Amino acid sequence: MSIPHLLVHNRSDNVGVVVVEDLKAGTEMFGVITEDNSSFHLVTRADVPIGHKVALRDLKAGDTAVKYGEDVGKIIADVKMGEHVHTHNMKTKRW
Amino acid sequence: MASKQLTGWRRENGRVGVRNHVIILPLDDLSNAACEAVAHNVKGTMALPHAYGRLQFGEDLELHFRTLIGTGANPNVAAVIVIGIEPSWTGRVVDGIAKTGKPVEGFWIEQHGDINTIAAASRKAKELVQWASELTREPIEIGDLWVSTKCGGSDTTTDLASCPAVGNMYDKWIPKGIYGVFGETSEITGGEHLCKARAASPEIAEKWYAMWKAYQEDVIEAHKTDDLSDSQPTKGNILGGLTTIEEKALGNLEKMGHNSKFLDALQPAEAPAKGPGLYYMDTSSAAAECITLMAAGGYVIHTFPTGQGNIIGNPIVPVIKITGNPRTVRTMSEHVDVDVSGVLRREMTIDEAGDALIENITRTANGRLTCAEALGHREFVMTKLYRSA
Repeated sequence: MSIPHLLVHNRSDNVGVVVVEDLKAGTEMFGVITEDNSSFHLVTRADVPIGHKVALRDLKAGDTAVKYGEDVGKIIADVKMGEHVHTHNMKTKRW
Repeated sequence: MASKQLTGWRRENGRVGVRNHVIILPLDDLSNAACEAVAHNVKGTMALPHAYGRLQFGEDLELHFRTLIGTGANPNVAAVIVIGIEPSWTGRVVDGIAKTGKPVEGFWIEQHGDINTIAAASRKAKELVQWASELTREPIEIGDLWVSTKCGGSDTTTDLASCPAVGNMYDKWIPKGIYGVFGETSEITGGEHLCKARAASPEIAEKWYAMWKAYQEDVIEAHKTDDLSDSQPTKGNILGGLTTIEEKALGNLEKMGHNSKFLDALQPAEAPAKGPGLYYMDTSSAAAECITLMAAGGYVIHTFPTGQGNIIGNPIVPVIKITGNPRTVRTMSEHVDVDVSGVLRREMTIDEAGDALIENITRTANGRLTCAEALGHREFVMTKLYRSA
């Protein structure tokens, strides 16, 4: 299997993690879902640093961000599939 | 995987250490200078300076004593000199350590001054270090090891690679009879339902949940000035791609592995007492505080997953760094004991990452210095619960 650009924990996740350095906008990413080793392709719409998340589908403000198949926070601004998801458009539901 | 013979020092009370330190332990902040002078005079000894020990009271004082006694009692320590400003509290720590049967002697500075105290303590320290230098390693079993874990400098690679590697190690070694422990109470937030479900009984689940809730109410809610998004996750975590405490917590919990239930929810620095298996300890998520408390609980090796590259060490316990972040491997290789970045490239399975960690723990137990030991990281930080009187 070739080296993935993007890893996703769980089939129900709506965000995935970039696992390569220097990923440029427009790259057709090879993604792997670690839960079942299934793969997919997705074009990134931004330069995303290693370790940072991208949206696996279009997300709306108010949606729940799902990673590990669990609730990991709320989306606070609309995000398009392939865009960077971080503190500018996602926030904790705690504290 | 072929198992290599483990060796260690079996102490007077039957516990096994993987290091053979003679420590010079200050009871209080005032006694740091004398302890450091003794450690300078007598080669092969080590002072453990810290910031506290005066006018503490109540639960905070009990934790201070429990941490110092537990540190001296840790089987990685062969013998102890305790120096305090006065005889009473100094004697309490000496008596607590003496219960293990190991050599320990206390000295106090009032009525003697630093110079006479340093001279007397140095003579005793020289005797102890020469005695300890003749103690020899013997073959031990995997089940003799107590292995703690706490991650730091976390990012999204810790949840993908290094934390699951620790979990895999626990899944393989807990059935062989080791003691494990994880903690970081604030950092379970977002995964508390999963953690609670891993308690060994409904009673322990409730005990754990009360501990977690108390931290939320008495520490976080009582003192917060915002949503903690500048502190937990940390700025480093956020730089590494973690966005929320929930995301961080769920990655952190991967260290538990998948097969073990935790047998008890321990107070900070409390020694486990329900036999071999996995435990929870109520700790801060700050690395030095947490590892100091786990070492005081009796754990002899620490496994430390990191993403962005936390460089923590401990004076008496070898701290093994494991990372899955290829950038950290590239830029901070002198701090990385176990490289599991192959997991991100799908060239290494979690099972293989767990085996790589086990191999490194075995070599470390047998005497290989960790990166933190080689680089002189000896962070010893007492947890303080509230202001002194």
